[in-house]
Amino acid sequence: MTEVASPPLLRAERLRRRADDGTLLLDDVSLAISPGESVAIVGPPGAGKSLLLRSLALLDPIESGEVTLNGVLISDDGVPDFRSHVVYVQQRPMLTEGTVRENLQLPFAFASHREQTFEESSIIEWLKSMGRDSGFLERTIADLSGGESQVVALIRALQLGPQVLLLDEPTSSLDPHTSSQVETLLKRWMSENGKRSMVIVTHNESQATRMSNRCVRLSGGRVVGGSP
Amino acid sequence: MSYHDLSTGDVTVAALLILINGAISLMLGLGLERRLFIATVRTVVQLLLLGYVLKWIFGARHWVAIVALMLVMSAIAGISAVRRTEHRYPGVWMSSITAVMASSWIVIVIALTGVISPSAWSSNPAQYAIPLMGMILGNTLNGISLGLDRLSEELTSRRGEVEMRLCLGATRWEAARPFVANAIRTGMVPIINSMMVVGLVSLPGMMTGQILAGAEPMDAVRYQIVIMFLIAAGTALGTTSAVLLGYRRLFNRRHQFLAGSIRRVKS
Repeated sequence: MTEVASPPLLRAERLRRRADDGTLLLDDVSLAISPGESVAIVGPPGAGKSLLLRSLALLDPIESGEVTLNGVLISDDGVPDFRSHVVYVQQRPMLTEGTVRENLQLPFAFASHREQTFEESSIIEWLKSMGRDSGFLERTIADLSGGESQVVALIRALQLGPQVLLLDEPTSSLDPHTSSQVETLLKRWMSENGKRSMVIVTHNESQATRMSNRCVRLSGGRVVGGSP
Repeated sequence: MSYHDLSTGDVTVAALLILINGAISLMLGLGLERRLFIATVRTVVQLLLLGYVLKWIFGARHWVAIVALMLVMSAIAGISAVRRTEHRYPGVWMSSITAVMASSWIVIVIALTGVISPSAWSSNPAQYAIPLMGMILGNTLNGISLGLDRLSEELTSRRGEVEMRLCLGATRWEAARPFVANAIRTGMVPIINSMMVVGLVSLPGMMTGQILAGAEPMDAVRYQIVIMFLIAAGTALGTTSAVLLGYRRLFNRRHQFLAGSIRRVKS
Protein backbone atom coordinates (compact mmCIF):
# COMPACT_ATOMS: atom_id res chain seq x y z
CA MET A 1 0.00 0.00 0.00
CA THR A 2 1.22 3.52 -0.74
CA GLU A 3 1.44 6.70 1.34
CA VAL A 4 -1.46 9.03 0.80
CA ALA A 5 -1.29 12.74 1.63
CA SER A 6 -4.78 14.27 1.87
CA PRO A 7 -6.68 16.30 4.47
CA PRO A 8 -7.75 14.11 7.41
CA LEU A 9 -10.98 12.18 7.07
CA LEU A 10 -11.15 11.23 10.73
CA ARG A 11 -9.29 13.24 13.34
CA ALA A 12 -8.97 12.73 17.09
CA GLU A 13 -7.60 15.67 19.07
CA ARG A 14 -6.07 15.26 22.54
CA LEU A 15 -8.35 12.45 23.69
CA ARG A 16 -8.22 11.94 27.42
CA ARG A 17 -9.98 9.23 29.40
CA ARG A 18 -9.68 8.08 33.01
CA ALA A 19 -10.60 4.92 34.89
CA ASP A 20 -12.96 5.17 37.87
CA ASP A 21 -9.94 5.27 40.21
CA GLY A 22 -8.52 8.30 38.39
CA THR A 23 -5.80 6.48 36.43
CA LEU A 24 -5.26 7.99 32.99
CA LEU A 25 -6.21 5.43 30.34
CA LEU A 26 -5.75 7.75 27.37
CA ASP A 27 -3.44 10.71 27.86
CA ASP A 28 -3.89 13.44 25.22
CA VAL A 29 -3.87 11.05 22.29
CA SER A 30 -4.18 12.66 18.86
CA LEU A 31 -4.56 10.84 15.57
CA ALA A 32 -5.44 11.82 12.01
CA ILE A 33 -6.53 9.40 9.32
CA SER A 34 -6.58 10.48 5.69
CA PRO A 35 -8.76 9.02 2.93
CA GLY A 36 -7.24 5.84 1.56
CA GLU A 37 -5.00 5.27 4.57
CA SER A 38 -4.59 2.11 6.60
CA VAL A 39 -3.27 2.85 10.07
CA ALA A 40 -2.15 0.15 12.48
CA ILE A 41 -2.21 0.79 16.24
CA VAL A 42 0.26 -1.38 18.07
CA GLY A 43 1.53 -1.62 21.62
CA PRO A 44 1.70 -3.90 24.64
CA PRO A 45 -1.44 -5.19 26.39
CA GLY A 46 -3.08 -2.43 28.45
CA ALA A 47 -1.53 0.31 26.30
CA GLY A 48 -5.00 1.73 25.49
CA LYS A 49 -5.26 0.47 21.90
CA SER A 50 -8.84 -0.80 22.15
CA LEU A 51 -9.89 2.18 24.25
CA LEU A 52 -8.55 4.52 21.57
CA LEU A 53 -10.51 2.64 18.93
CA ARG A 54 -13.68 2.79 21.07
CA SER A 55 -13.13 6.51 21.58
CA LEU A 56 -12.76 7.00 17.82
CA ALA A 57 -16.16 5.29 17.44
CA LEU A 58 -17.56 7.59 20.18
CA LEU A 59 -18.59 4.51 22.15
CA ASP A 60 -17.47 5.77 25.57
CA PRO A 61 -17.70 9.14 27.31
CA ILE A 62 -14.32 10.89 27.32
CA GLU A 63 -12.95 13.43 29.79
CA SER A 64 -11.69 15.83 27.14
CA GLY A 65 -10.72 16.01 23.50
CA GLU A 66 -12.73 15.82 20.31
CA VAL A 67 -13.32 13.67 17.25
CA THR A 68 -14.16 15.15 13.86
CA LEU A 69 -15.21 13.55 10.58
CA ASN A 70 -14.34 15.56 7.47
CA GLY A 71 -13.51 18.46 9.80
CA VAL A 72 -16.96 18.48 11.42
CA LEU A 73 -17.54 17.97 15.14
CA ILE A 74 -20.15 15.33 15.86
CA SER A 75 -23.31 16.59 17.59
CA ASP A 76 -25.24 14.34 19.99
CA ASP A 77 -27.95 13.66 17.42
CA GLY A 78 -25.34 13.03 14.73
CA VAL A 79 -23.63 10.16 16.55
CA PRO A 80 -25.64 7.25 15.01
CA ASP A 81 -25.07 8.70 11.52
CA PHE A 82 -21.36 9.12 12.33
CA ARG A 83 -21.20 5.47 13.39
CA SER A 84 -22.79 4.43 10.10
CA HIS A 85 -19.79 6.02 8.36
CA VAL A 86 -17.13 5.08 10.91
CA VAL A 87 -17.90 1.46 11.73
CA TYR A 88 -16.20 -0.26 14.64
CA VAL A 89 -15.92 -4.08 14.50
CA GLN A 90 -15.51 -5.64 17.92
CA GLN A 91 -12.72 -8.07 18.72
CA ARG A 92 -15.20 -10.82 19.61
CA PRO A 93 -17.73 -11.15 16.80
CA MET A 94 -21.18 -10.30 18.12
CA LEU A 95 -24.01 -11.97 16.28
CA THR A 96 -27.66 -12.28 17.19
CA GLU A 97 -29.65 -15.52 17.18
CA GLY A 98 -30.92 -16.61 13.78
CA THR A 99 -29.32 -17.10 10.39
CA VAL A 100 -26.36 -15.44 8.70
CA ARG A 101 -28.80 -13.64 6.40
CA GLU A 102 -30.76 -12.21 9.36
CA ASN A 103 -27.54 -10.94 10.90
CA LEU A 104 -26.44 -9.30 7.68
CA GLN A 105 -29.84 -7.64 7.32
CA LEU A 106 -29.87 -6.34 10.91
CA PRO A 107 -28.26 -2.90 10.29
CA PHE A 108 -30.82 -2.00 7.63
CA ALA A 109 -33.48 -1.88 10.34
CA PHE A 110 -31.71 1.16 11.84
CA ALA A 111 -32.72 4.67 10.81
CA SER A 112 -29.15 5.60 9.86
CA HIS A 113 -29.19 2.96 7.06
CA ARG A 114 -32.74 3.59 5.91
CA GLU A 115 -31.52 4.73 2.49
CA GLN A 116 -29.58 1.50 1.94
CA THR A 117 -30.78 -1.98 1.08
CA PHE A 118 -29.41 -5.46 1.60
CA GLU A 119 -27.58 -6.39 -1.63
CA GLU A 120 -27.49 -10.14 -1.73
CA SER A 121 -25.50 -10.40 -4.98
CA SER A 122 -22.48 -8.50 -3.65
CA ILE A 123 -22.62 -10.45 -0.38
CA ILE A 124 -22.57 -13.74 -2.31
CA GLU A 125 -19.58 -12.46 -4.29
CA TRP A 126 -17.72 -11.69 -1.05
CA LEU A 127 -18.64 -15.09 0.34
CA LYS A 128 -17.39 -16.82 -2.80
CA SER A 129 -14.04 -15.06 -2.47
CA MET A 130 -13.88 -16.58 1.03
CA GLY A 131 -14.70 -20.07 -0.27
CA ARG A 132 -18.38 -20.12 0.83
CA ASP A 133 -21.41 -20.56 -1.40
CA SER A 134 -24.78 -18.81 -1.16
CA GLY A 135 -26.09 -21.56 1.13
CA PHE A 136 -23.90 -20.03 3.85
CA LEU A 137 -26.51 -17.25 4.16
CA GLU A 138 -29.03 -19.74 5.55
CA ARG A 139 -26.67 -21.27 8.15
CA THR A 140 -27.70 -20.67 11.75
CA ILE A 141 -25.32 -18.66 13.89
CA ALA A 142 -25.06 -21.42 16.50
CA ASP A 143 -23.49 -23.69 13.86
CA LEU A 144 -20.72 -21.26 12.83
CA SER A 145 -17.09 -21.63 13.87
CA GLY A 146 -15.25 -18.69 15.46
CA GLY A 147 -13.65 -17.84 12.14
CA GLU A 148 -16.94 -17.98 10.27
CA SER A 149 -18.56 -15.72 12.88
CA GLN A 150 -15.77 -13.19 12.42
CA VAL A 151 -16.25 -13.29 8.65
CA VAL A 152 -20.01 -12.61 9.07
CA ALA A 153 -19.33 -9.73 11.47
CA LEU A 154 -16.83 -8.24 9.01
CA ILE A 155 -19.07 -8.57 5.97
CA ARG A 156 -21.94 -7.07 7.97
CA ALA A 157 -19.78 -3.98 8.50
CA LEU A 158 -18.25 -3.87 5.01
CA GLN A 159 -21.63 -4.04 3.20
CA LEU A 160 -22.57 -0.70 4.81
CA GLY A 161 -19.85 1.01 2.78
CA PRO A 162 -18.25 2.87 5.69
CA GLN A 163 -15.71 5.65 5.10
CA VAL A 164 -13.59 4.38 7.95
CA LEU A 165 -13.41 0.83 9.30
CA LEU A 166 -12.18 0.45 12.88
CA LEU A 167 -10.95 -3.10 13.52
CA ASP A 168 -10.07 -4.40 16.97
CA GLU A 169 -7.74 -7.41 16.65
CA PRO A 170 -9.80 -8.84 13.77
CA THR A 171 -7.81 -12.07 13.47
CA SER A 172 -6.64 -12.68 17.04
CA SER A 173 -8.82 -15.74 17.56
CA LEU A 174 -8.59 -17.14 14.04
CA ASP A 175 -6.49 -19.94 12.57
CA PRO A 176 -3.77 -18.91 10.06
CA HIS A 177 -5.85 -19.89 7.02
CA THR A 178 -8.93 -17.87 8.07
CA SER A 179 -6.68 -14.99 9.17
CA SER A 180 -5.19 -14.87 5.72
CA GLN A 181 -8.69 -14.95 4.15
CA VAL A 182 -9.82 -12.07 6.38
CA GLU A 183 -6.73 -10.03 5.48
CA THR A 184 -7.39 -10.65 1.79
CA LEU A 185 -11.02 -9.60 2.19
CA LEU A 186 -9.99 -6.36 3.92
CA LYS A 187 -7.33 -5.53 1.33
CA ARG A 188 -9.85 -6.17 -1.43
CA TRP A 189 -12.38 -3.88 0.26
CA MET A 190 -9.77 -1.14 0.59
CA SER A 191 -8.67 -1.46 -3.03
CA GLU A 192 -12.25 -1.19 -4.36
CA ASN A 193 -12.41 2.49 -3.44
CA GLY A 194 -9.36 4.70 -2.94
CA LYS A 195 -11.14 6.91 -0.37
CA ARG A 196 -11.81 4.16 2.16
CA SER A 197 -9.72 4.14 5.33
CA MET A 198 -9.01 1.59 7.98
CA VAL A 199 -7.64 1.65 11.52
CA ILE A 200 -6.54 -1.74 12.77
CA VAL A 201 -5.54 -2.56 16.33
CA THR A 202 -3.21 -5.55 16.42
CA HIS A 203 -0.63 -7.10 18.69
CA ASN A 204 0.86 -8.81 15.66
CA GLU A 205 3.70 -6.63 14.30
CA SER A 206 3.93 -8.49 11.01
CA GLN A 207 0.18 -8.07 10.46
CA ALA A 208 0.60 -4.36 11.21
CA THR A 209 3.22 -4.17 8.47
CA ARG A 210 1.13 -6.20 6.00
CA MET A 211 -2.14 -4.38 6.60
CA SER A 212 -1.12 -0.74 7.07
CA ASN A 213 0.84 2.03 5.48
CA ARG A 214 1.39 3.78 8.80
CA CYS A 215 1.88 2.54 12.31
CA VAL A 216 1.13 4.29 15.63
CA ARG A 217 2.64 2.87 18.80
CA LEU A 218 0.86 3.31 22.14
CA SER A 219 2.13 2.63 25.64
CA GLY A 220 0.54 3.58 28.96
CA GLY A 221 -2.21 5.48 27.17
CA ARG A 222 0.23 7.73 25.28
CA VAL A 223 1.51 7.78 21.74
CA VAL A 224 5.15 6.75 22.04
CA GLY A 225 6.08 6.10 18.44
CA GLY A 226 5.06 6.16 14.81
CA SER A 227 3.34 9.06 13.14
CA PRO A 228 -0.06 9.90 14.63
CA MET B 1 -72.73 -7.54 56.56
CA SER B 2 -71.80 -9.60 59.60
CA TYR B 3 -68.63 -11.36 60.67
CA HIS B 4 -67.19 -13.03 63.73
CA ASP B 5 -64.74 -10.89 65.74
CA LEU B 6 -61.43 -12.65 66.33
CA SER B 7 -60.17 -12.47 69.90
CA THR B 8 -56.49 -12.22 70.88
CA GLY B 9 -56.77 -15.89 71.87
CA ASP B 10 -57.94 -16.84 68.37
CA VAL B 11 -54.96 -15.02 66.84
CA THR B 12 -52.62 -16.74 69.28
CA VAL B 13 -53.89 -20.17 68.22
CA ALA B 14 -53.21 -19.25 64.59
CA ALA B 15 -49.72 -18.06 65.55
CA LEU B 16 -49.01 -21.49 67.01
CA LEU B 17 -49.33 -22.90 63.48
CA ILE B 18 -46.02 -21.24 62.72
CA LEU B 19 -44.50 -23.87 65.03
CA ILE B 20 -45.10 -26.34 62.17
CA ASN B 21 -42.76 -24.30 59.98
CA GLY B 22 -40.22 -24.14 62.79
CA ALA B 23 -40.41 -27.92 63.34
CA ILE B 24 -39.86 -28.61 59.63
CA SER B 25 -36.91 -26.24 59.57
CA LEU B 26 -35.36 -27.92 62.61
CA MET B 27 -35.95 -31.47 61.42
CA LEU B 28 -34.55 -30.90 57.96
CA GLY B 29 -31.81 -28.52 59.09
CA LEU B 30 -33.10 -25.70 56.86
CA GLY B 31 -31.63 -23.03 59.13
CA LEU B 32 -34.74 -20.89 58.73
CA GLU B 33 -35.68 -20.62 62.45
CA ARG B 34 -34.24 -17.15 63.00
CA ARG B 35 -35.73 -15.74 59.81
CA LEU B 36 -39.04 -17.41 60.59
CA PHE B 37 -39.10 -15.87 64.05
CA ILE B 38 -38.29 -12.40 62.72
CA ALA B 39 -40.87 -12.77 59.94
CA THR B 40 -43.54 -13.83 62.45
CA VAL B 41 -42.81 -10.90 64.75
CA ARG B 42 -42.73 -8.49 61.80
CA THR B 43 -46.07 -9.78 60.49
CA VAL B 44 -47.72 -9.13 63.84
CA VAL B 45 -46.02 -5.78 64.54
CA GLN B 46 -46.39 -4.34 61.03
CA LEU B 47 -50.05 -5.32 60.71
CA LEU B 48 -50.88 -4.08 64.23
CA LEU B 49 -49.21 -0.75 63.45
CA LEU B 50 -51.11 -0.54 60.18
CA GLY B 51 -54.30 -1.32 62.10
CA TYR B 52 -53.69 1.57 64.50
CA VAL B 53 -52.81 3.95 61.64
CA LEU B 54 -55.92 2.95 59.68
CA LYS B 55 -58.07 3.25 62.79
CA TRP B 56 -56.76 6.77 63.35
CA ILE B 57 -57.20 7.78 59.71
CA PHE B 58 -60.69 6.27 59.51
CA GLY B 59 -61.53 8.24 62.63
CA ALA B 60 -59.94 11.50 61.48
CA ARG B 61 -61.62 11.29 58.03
CA HIS B 62 -59.35 14.08 56.79
CA TRP B 63 -58.17 13.94 53.17
CA VAL B 64 -54.71 15.31 54.08
CA ALA B 65 -54.06 12.32 56.35
CA ILE B 66 -55.30 9.90 53.70
CA VAL B 67 -53.16 11.44 50.93
CA ALA B 68 -50.13 11.59 53.26
CA LEU B 69 -50.44 7.90 54.10
CA MET B 70 -50.84 7.00 50.43
CA LEU B 71 -47.75 9.05 49.56
CA VAL B 72 -45.73 7.26 52.24
CA MET B 73 -47.03 3.90 50.99
CA SER B 74 -46.02 4.76 47.39
CA ALA B 75 -42.54 5.93 48.43
CA ILE B 76 -41.97 2.74 50.46
CA ALA B 77 -43.14 0.67 47.49
CA GLY B 78 -40.69 2.49 45.20
CA ILE B 79 -37.81 1.87 47.61
CA SER B 80 -38.80 -1.77 48.19
CA ALA B 81 -38.90 -2.41 44.44
CA VAL B 82 -35.23 -1.42 44.13
CA ARG B 83 -34.19 -3.25 47.31
CA ARG B 84 -35.43 -6.48 45.81
CA THR B 85 -33.18 -6.10 42.75
CA GLU B 86 -29.60 -7.29 42.43
CA HIS B 87 -28.38 -4.31 40.40
CA ARG B 88 -27.97 -0.62 41.10
CA TYR B 89 -27.16 2.36 38.92
CA PRO B 90 -27.24 6.10 39.60
CA GLY B 91 -30.82 7.32 39.70
CA VAL B 92 -32.44 3.91 40.11
CA TRP B 93 -34.15 4.87 43.38
CA MET B 94 -35.66 8.03 41.92
CA SER B 95 -36.74 6.16 38.76
CA SER B 96 -38.50 3.53 40.84
CA ILE B 97 -40.24 5.98 43.20
CA THR B 98 -41.33 8.16 40.27
CA ALA B 99 -42.66 5.14 38.37
CA VAL B 100 -44.60 3.85 41.40
CA MET B 101 -46.04 7.27 42.20
CA ALA B 102 -47.08 8.01 38.62
CA SER B 103 -48.66 4.63 37.90
CA SER B 104 -50.43 4.03 41.21
CA TRP B 105 -51.85 7.54 41.47
CA ILE B 106 -53.14 7.53 37.89
CA VAL B 107 -54.86 4.18 38.48
CA ILE B 108 -56.29 5.09 41.88
CA VAL B 109 -57.71 8.35 40.54
CA ILE B 110 -59.36 6.48 37.66
CA ALA B 111 -60.70 3.88 40.13
CA LEU B 112 -62.16 6.46 42.51
CA THR B 113 -63.65 8.68 39.84
CA GLY B 114 -64.55 6.43 36.93
CA VAL B 115 -65.10 2.96 38.43
CA ILE B 116 -66.35 3.37 41.99
CA SER B 117 -68.85 6.20 42.20
CA PRO B 118 -67.67 9.05 44.49
CA SER B 119 -71.08 8.92 46.20
CA ALA B 120 -70.11 5.46 47.51
CA TRP B 121 -66.89 6.57 49.17
CA SER B 122 -67.30 10.28 49.85
CA SER B 123 -68.45 9.67 53.44
CA ASN B 124 -65.35 7.58 54.22
CA PRO B 125 -62.74 7.84 51.43
CA ALA B 126 -60.06 5.98 53.41
CA GLN B 127 -62.16 2.80 53.44
CA TYR B 128 -61.80 2.54 49.66
CA ALA B 129 -58.68 4.51 48.77
CA ILE B 130 -56.21 2.86 51.15
CA PRO B 131 -56.99 -0.83 50.56
CA LEU B 132 -57.14 -0.27 46.80
CA MET B 133 -53.86 1.62 46.87
CA GLY B 134 -52.25 -1.14 48.93
CA MET B 135 -53.23 -3.81 46.45
CA ILE B 136 -52.15 -1.77 43.42
CA LEU B 137 -48.80 -0.92 45.05
CA GLY B 138 -48.03 -4.49 46.12
CA ASN B 139 -48.31 -5.75 42.57
CA THR B 140 -46.77 -2.71 40.88
CA LEU B 141 -43.64 -2.92 43.01
CA ASN B 142 -43.30 -6.58 42.09
CA GLY B 143 -43.51 -5.74 38.37
CA ILE B 144 -41.05 -2.87 38.73
CA SER B 145 -38.46 -4.91 40.61
CA LEU B 146 -38.68 -7.76 38.08
CA GLY B 147 -38.49 -5.33 35.16
CA LEU B 148 -35.56 -3.32 36.53
CA ASP B 149 -33.60 -6.43 37.43
CA ARG B 150 -34.15 -7.95 34.00
CA LEU B 151 -33.13 -4.71 32.28
CA SER B 152 -29.83 -4.44 34.18
CA GLU B 153 -29.15 -8.16 33.91
CA GLU B 154 -29.72 -8.30 30.15
CA LEU B 155 -27.84 -5.11 29.38
CA THR B 156 -24.88 -6.30 31.45
CA SER B 157 -24.73 -9.88 30.21
CA ARG B 158 -25.38 -8.87 26.59
CA ARG B 159 -23.28 -5.73 26.59
CA GLY B 160 -21.43 -6.87 23.46
CA GLU B 161 -24.68 -7.16 21.54
CA VAL B 162 -25.87 -3.73 22.70
CA GLU B 163 -22.58 -2.16 21.61
CA MET B 164 -22.62 -4.09 18.32
CA ARG B 165 -25.93 -2.41 17.49
CA LEU B 166 -24.56 1.02 18.43
CA CYS B 167 -21.42 0.35 16.34
CA LEU B 168 -23.59 -0.39 13.30
CA GLY B 169 -25.32 2.99 13.53
CA ALA B 170 -28.26 2.20 15.82
CA THR B 171 -29.65 5.00 17.95
CA ARG B 172 -29.66 4.35 21.68
CA TRP B 173 -33.34 3.40 21.44
CA GLU B 174 -32.74 1.03 18.53
CA ALA B 175 -29.88 -0.57 20.45
CA ALA B 176 -31.79 -0.93 23.72
CA ARG B 177 -35.26 -1.71 22.42
CA PRO B 178 -35.12 -5.55 22.46
CA PHE B 179 -33.79 -5.48 26.03
CA VAL B 180 -36.29 -2.85 27.18
CA ALA B 181 -39.11 -4.94 25.67
CA ASN B 182 -37.88 -8.10 27.43
CA ALA B 183 -37.69 -6.25 30.75
CA ILE B 184 -41.23 -4.87 30.46
CA ARG B 185 -42.51 -8.30 29.43
CA THR B 186 -40.86 -9.88 32.47
CA GLY B 187 -42.51 -7.34 34.78
CA MET B 188 -45.95 -7.89 33.29
CA VAL B 189 -46.00 -11.68 33.04
CA PRO B 190 -46.85 -12.45 36.73
CA ILE B 191 -50.04 -10.40 36.74
CA ILE B 192 -51.12 -11.88 33.39
CA ASN B 193 -50.47 -15.36 34.81
CA SER B 194 -52.51 -14.47 37.90
CA MET B 195 -55.39 -13.32 35.70
CA MET B 196 -55.24 -16.66 33.86
CA VAL B 197 -55.78 -18.76 36.97
CA VAL B 198 -57.68 -16.45 39.29
CA GLY B 199 -60.66 -18.29 40.72
CA LEU B 200 -59.46 -21.66 39.38
CA VAL B 201 -56.47 -22.48 41.55
CA SER B 202 -56.64 -19.59 44.01
CA LEU B 203 -59.26 -17.50 45.70
CA PRO B 204 -57.99 -13.94 45.77
CA GLY B 205 -57.42 -12.38 49.19
CA MET B 206 -59.68 -9.40 48.78
CA MET B 207 -62.61 -11.46 47.56
CA THR B 208 -62.12 -13.97 50.35
CA GLY B 209 -61.99 -11.13 52.86
CA GLN B 210 -65.23 -9.63 51.59
CA ILE B 211 -66.99 -12.99 51.68
CA LEU B 212 -65.73 -13.60 55.24
CA ALA B 213 -67.05 -10.16 56.14
CA GLY B 214 -70.49 -11.20 54.93
CA ALA B 215 -70.62 -9.79 51.39
CA GLU B 216 -72.66 -11.50 48.70
CA PRO B 217 -70.29 -13.70 46.62
CA MET B 218 -71.29 -12.00 43.35
CA ASP B 219 -70.63 -8.55 44.86
CA ALA B 220 -67.22 -9.76 46.04
CA VAL B 221 -66.49 -11.20 42.61
CA ARG B 222 -67.31 -7.90 40.91
CA TYR B 223 -64.92 -6.09 43.22
CA GLN B 224 -62.26 -8.70 42.55
CA ILE B 225 -62.62 -8.33 38.77
CA VAL B 226 -62.23 -4.57 39.12
CA ILE B 227 -59.19 -4.89 41.35
CA MET B 228 -57.52 -7.36 38.96
CA PHE B 229 -57.84 -4.85 36.14
CA LEU B 230 -56.61 -1.98 38.33
CA ILE B 231 -53.60 -4.07 39.38
CA ALA B 232 -52.88 -5.06 35.76
CA ALA B 233 -53.00 -1.42 34.62
CA GLY B 234 -50.87 -0.24 37.56
CA THR B 235 -48.29 -2.95 36.93
CA ALA B 236 -48.11 -2.19 33.20
CA LEU B 237 -47.76 1.56 33.75
CA GLY B 238 -45.30 1.19 36.64
CA THR B 239 -43.08 -1.40 34.96
CA THR B 240 -43.00 0.49 31.67
CA SER B 241 -42.17 3.82 33.33
CA ALA B 242 -39.48 2.34 35.57
CA VAL B 243 -37.80 0.47 32.71
CA LEU B 244 -37.94 3.48 30.37
CA LEU B 245 -36.53 5.76 33.07
CA GLY B 246 -33.81 3.17 33.65
CA TYR B 247 -33.02 3.11 29.95
CA ARG B 248 -32.65 6.90 29.93
CA ARG B 249 -30.20 6.64 32.82
CA LEU B 250 -28.13 3.92 31.15
CA PHE B 251 -27.83 5.47 27.69
CA ASN B 252 -26.69 9.07 27.40
CA ARG B 253 -27.56 11.67 24.78
CA ARG B 254 -24.47 10.73 22.76
CA HIS B 255 -25.93 7.28 22.23
CA GLN B 256 -23.37 5.71 24.54
CA PHE B 257 -24.18 2.76 26.78
CA LEU B 258 -22.98 3.50 30.32
CA ALA B 259 -22.36 -0.15 31.23
CA GLY B 260 -19.85 0.83 33.93
CA SER B 261 -22.55 2.55 35.96
CA ILE B 262 -24.39 -0.76 36.65
CA ARG B 263 -23.24 -2.34 39.88
CA ARG B 264 -24.22 -5.77 41.16
CA VAL B 265 -25.20 -6.02 44.81
CA LYS B 266 -26.14 -8.96 46.98
CA SER B 267 -29.89 -9.32 47.09
